Amino acid sequence: MNFAAICVTLGLAVAAWPARADGLAPYEIVGDAIPAPLAGALGDAARGRAIVLDRQTGLCLLCHSGPFPEARFQGGLAPDLGGTGSRWSESQLRLRIVDARRLNPDTIMPPYYVVDGLTGVAKSYVGKPILGAAEIEDVVAFLATLKDKSK
Amino acid sequence: MWIGGALADEIPRDQRRSGYETMRPETRAMQDSDADNPATLWVLDGEALWNKREGAAGKSCADCHAGAAPMKAVAARFPRFDAARATPVDLEQQINICRRDRQNAPPLAAESHDLLALEAFVAKQSRGDTIEPNREPGAKESIEAGRKLFNERRGQLNLSCAQCHDDNWGKSLGGANIPQGHPNGYPLYRLEWQSLGSMGRRLRNCLSGMRAELWPRDAREYVDIEMYLMSRAAGLKMESPAVRP
Ligand code: HEC
Ligand code: HEC
Repeated sequence: MNFAAICVTLGLAVAAWPARADGLAPYEIVGDAIPAPLAGALGDAARGRAIVLDRQTGLCLLCHSGPFPEARFQGGLAPDLGGTGSRWSESQLRLRIVDARRLNPDTIMPPYYVVDGLTGVAKSYVGKPILGAAEIEDVVAFLATLKDKSK
Repeated sequence: MWIGGALADEIPRDQRRSGYETMRPETRAMQDSDADNPATLWVLDGEALWNKREGAAGKSCADCHAGAAPMKAVAARFPRFDAARATPVDLEQQINICRRDRQNAPPLAAESHDLLALEAFVAKQSRGDTIEPNREPGAKESIEAGRKLFNERRGQLNLSCAQCHDDNWGKSLGGANIPQGHPNGYPLYRLEWQSLGSMGRRLRNCLSGMRAELWPRDAREYVDIEMYLMSRAAGLKMESPAVRP
């Protein structure tokens, strides 16, 4: 029995459930941004910093560099993350992490909050986004603190 | 162009660079000297296996091939399209086909010491030979299948081989230089593996990095990709068994 059938059996109004078929939190794109936090609450910058620097979780420093003196091996495929908080609002940063393909279909930056439409995903990752909603909010909160010192 | 397209264009022949060229001088020196190249251990074992009578037929590789000289340039032409079986066959598979059909011996396991040793010994006879495009009838289809896989985005990270190896070679991925991704050194000794490894092992490493599902060991996909990689490397010289970081 699927989810909808259970709801019908229990007499629940299916339409009242906002959940998406892919299990991810719903979000609305306005222009080049996602204005509302994914998890319903803003994130924590310190946790976000740890995610960005972690090579298994965030993976950001495979491609990006940034003002992180303790990270010895940084990437050279993508813009330096220093000053991102001056260049972009939190809403704009949120869309860039959630699905950068919305802004550049050819981008090499992985879509972090997507589970459908991917090819050949390893079994252990099927149905899971690279980062969860709360983790993305943490990353957004951290990136927003990376202000350009020259401004 | 496939959906979600790439900027990827194949690297022109005069701009193809072996992974060797971006290595540190110490690593290059290790590859250049047989005495320092750790792969030499496998080559020596491979030579012994080449001359050893095996299986119910009681024949050695050397019995059929009249010494090792006929193996010159052979690795520079693999994978080959096996018309009788209507399938592309890589060097590793060819060794096991000979064991089964000529020696009546059981196959050597993928990534086993003996298979890598034989492969390294055979491939070494092609050192310095230039990779030329495979013009066998039947190869074209396999090359095209490999090209498609190379350009297709895969895995949770939604990356294609081409995005790294055509579009971003020479740049740093988390501190590691991204090579053009040529097959001209396999099987090769990787310092990170502390062992000799096959092309299949390399491809599985890159696929795991993309968080992509691995194909079964003997899947046709790996050979198609290898076919395409060889056509994409035409003009480069064979370095097997190479050393890589
Ligand atoms: C596989 C490569 C890759 C990974 C991993 C990656 N990015 Fe990116 N990112 C890029 C590229 C390339 C761009 C440049 C814009 C484009 O191509 O769309 C970019 C753009 C950005 C931008 C906009 C930068 C600007 O100033 O214009 C931000 C912010 C960003 N990435 C943050 C992150 C964070 C945070 C992570 C990890 C959670 C991450 N990226 C992981 C490749 C990557
Ligand atoms: C995100 C980047 C990335 C992707 C995607 C990627 N690779 Fe690689 N590849 C690398 C890096 C980095 C190395 C070098 C290994 C090292 O030194 O750590 C490499 C090495 C190789 C090599 C060995 C080159 C040599 O000089 O010996 C081959 C062949 C190769 N890759 C093929 C592929 C194929 C085929 C795919 C797709 C199935 C692929 N790669 C996907 C980054 C990538």
